[in-house]
Amino acid sequence: MDTILLQLLNGLDKGGAYALIALGLTLVFGTLGVVNFAHGALFMLGAFVAVSVNALFTISKRVKDESVTFFDAYKEQPYLEIWFGDTGTALIQWSVPIAILVAIPVMLVIGLAMERGLIRFFYKRPHAEQILVTFGLAIVIGEIIKATYGANPIPVHAPPPVAGAAPIGALFGGNEALVYPWWRLIYLAGSLGIIAAVFSFLQFTTYGMVVRAGMADRETVGLLGINIEKRFTIVFGIAAVVAGVAGTMYTPILPPDYNLGMNFLVLSFVVVVVGGMGSLPGAVLAGFLLGVVQSFASIGAVKEIVPGIDQIIIYLIAVGILLARPRGLLGRKGVMET
Amino acid sequence: MASITQFNPSSPKRDLIIMVVFAVAVLTAPIWLAPVGASYPDLLQRFAIFGIFALGFNILFGLTGYLSFGHAAFLGVGSYAAVWIFKLLTMNVVLAIIFGVLVAAIFAVVVGFICLRRSGIYFAILTLAFAQMFYNLAYSVLTPITNGETALTLALDDPRAIDAMFGVDHGAGLPAPSLFGLELTGFTAFYFCAVVLIIAFWVSLKIFRSPFGLKLLAIKSNQNRMLYTGFNPKPYLLVAFVISGMYAGLAGSLMVITDPLAGAERMQWTASGEVVLMTILGGAGTLIGPLLGAGIIKYFENIFSALHHAQLAESFGFLPNALVEPVVSVVSLFVGEGWHLTLGILFMLVVIFLPGGLMEGIRRLSAYVRAKRAGDGEETVAGGATQPSE
Repeated sequence: MDTILLQLLNGLDKGGAYALIALGLTLVFGTLGVVNFAHGALFMLGAFVAVSVNALFTISKRVKDESVTFFDAYKEQPYLEIWFGDTGTALIQWSVPIAILVAIPVMLVIGLAMERGLIRFFYKRPHAEQILVTFGLAIVIGEIIKATYGANPIPVHAPPPVAGAAPIGALFGGNEALVYPWWRLIYLAGSLGIIAAVFSFLQFTTYGMVVRAGMADRETVGLLGINIEKRFTIVFGIAAVVAGVAGTMYTPILPPDYNLGMNFLVLSFVVVVVGGMGSLPGAVLAGFLLGVVQSFASIGAVKEIVPGIDQIIIYLIAVGILLARPRGLLGRKGVMET
Repeated sequence: MASITQFNPSSPKRDLIIMVVFAVAVLTAPIWLAPVGASYPDLLQRFAIFGIFALGFNILFGLTGYLSFGHAAFLGVGSYAAVWIFKLLTMNVVLAIIFGVLVAAIFAVVVGFICLRRSGIYFAILTLAFAQMFYNLAYSVLTPITNGETALTLALDDPRAIDAMFGVDHGAGLPAPSLFGLELTGFTAFYFCAVVLIIAFWVSLKIFRSPFGLKLLAIKSNQNRMLYTGFNPKPYLLVAFVISGMYAGLAGSLMVITDPLAGAERMQWTASGEVVLMTILGGAGTLIGPLLGAGIIKYFENIFSALHHAQLAESFGFLPNALVEPVVSVVSLFVGEGWHLTLGILFMLVVIFLPGGLMEGIRRLSAYVRAKRAGDGEETVAGGATQPSE
């Protein structure tokens, strides 16, 4: 029972990341009609915003270590601590939440630059070329990160109040010993919040309404005198922010390296395909679903019956879905049918 | 009109000339590649092997337009199969090649049957999913077969049943792959790969010229119309997919012949991306293009990834002293470890500016030159007339 609850939470966590990336992919595909293989790179860039903020905060100076009295010892002390004392220390410890705030404008700028600088020239080109050019872009972004931060994963820690484990067993009135990392719970809540925000933006604001109208019939919206191109560019920026913030929040869970983007991208594409190309609820549903399925497949008892199933279950599901229901779970008729 | 006969696809005489020129060019490669420092066997073998890989990929992508992102999986499968033949049966390469190609073909039939139900991006993602699946499996559950991260290698106590039966003595060290007693190392191995490449090229040429090839082209230009004329495109697609998978398996087993070792990393998506890049760079859908692309990428990979800081500092020594360090540190981002960055940028530039690849560039250039020579009065149709061979 406990294992099931834990794996459910694990799966929802992972599913949150898949859902957020898939949501952005679907948004971009639905609005601009572009297949963006570099979307995983945006997730990875978001994660490295956290790494950069942390690195920036901990720029240090060599100072004498006062606690050692027998001989002259030196230690690295961050400037922030020297300047602001305890406030500085707190800032360093809270670098991940701060990085989330930083990531929003940074990712928006990166997203807009990417769309204006590259993607917009590919609206009318074949899908194969869109895939190839964004694939190249993903390689370039990954390699730049590798050149800057090296190839090894860089751990970043959650702030101390939530770095520990939450006694979820006690909270739900079950097994007292059952604990789960606080940050993962926060991550789950955060990803649900972002998904809710994106959906309400599209559903309840005039801007979102116009975007939805543009997705349905771009030409008519254009004829009504609305600059739909500009709005779609903004949507690309939003998709970049969603992916980036998802990446930033994911850093305390998984230390990021330059390959993170591609690993998540392949799975996110599978998620989009399973959910149904062009369907936003489908992307979210499939994201959580596949996350949970994957984490249940990695339970020891399951692996004993079918060895290696945790590695391939997602791909098997994708193949099955595509063959049985090519449109995906919630795919609509007429969207990328071929 | 010279241009019409020149681009007439059904001219056996011209094909013969192409084949002869190609064969001579490949066999004399160690001579004419010497000035650029590429005439040592290891690199030449890689040219030939990746040339075969790209040729095969081109039969699928160039002719039908189906973009597979998982072709490296077949190459990996072929490698593993060939090493197992070496381990279990014999060091004779013929059996290893046959088996490697056969196993790759079987995998391609299964994967192709499923993936070809869809087209466009769905196809790309499905093939990518399959390749990732094989890669993950090779690293985890299939470790008894693939030897996981340590890669599958030959061992002294391998049974080698057939060799033992005929009493072939391999001496004390690890045995080398051989062709009926002829040890394939160094230039011998290159010439073996070269002959295989020439045969592979000939097959590819025949496919391009055949009615089958024309049907594949028809699939690329308009599947619906092809259906209306009474052809079911699916079987043709599957055959093309399997053929190109077999080419990949052939390349994989040749890789093992030149270096008896098979690792899972050659099945990764980056490897699949590399062959796509080779084909695009040279020109998808052209005969020679993929070979050109493979050669260029492998050549520059070899040169660029070997460069290091000190060498750069030396070669930029002519600059003023204050400039050397900044220039070298910028350039060293793109070489050595950073070679993939150059590759990615190249990838983007080619797709953005020259989607037809180098062959397209050459054609445009020659059309331009011809138009110049013909003078301004005549119409310049040469550029348009060459398009159909795409």
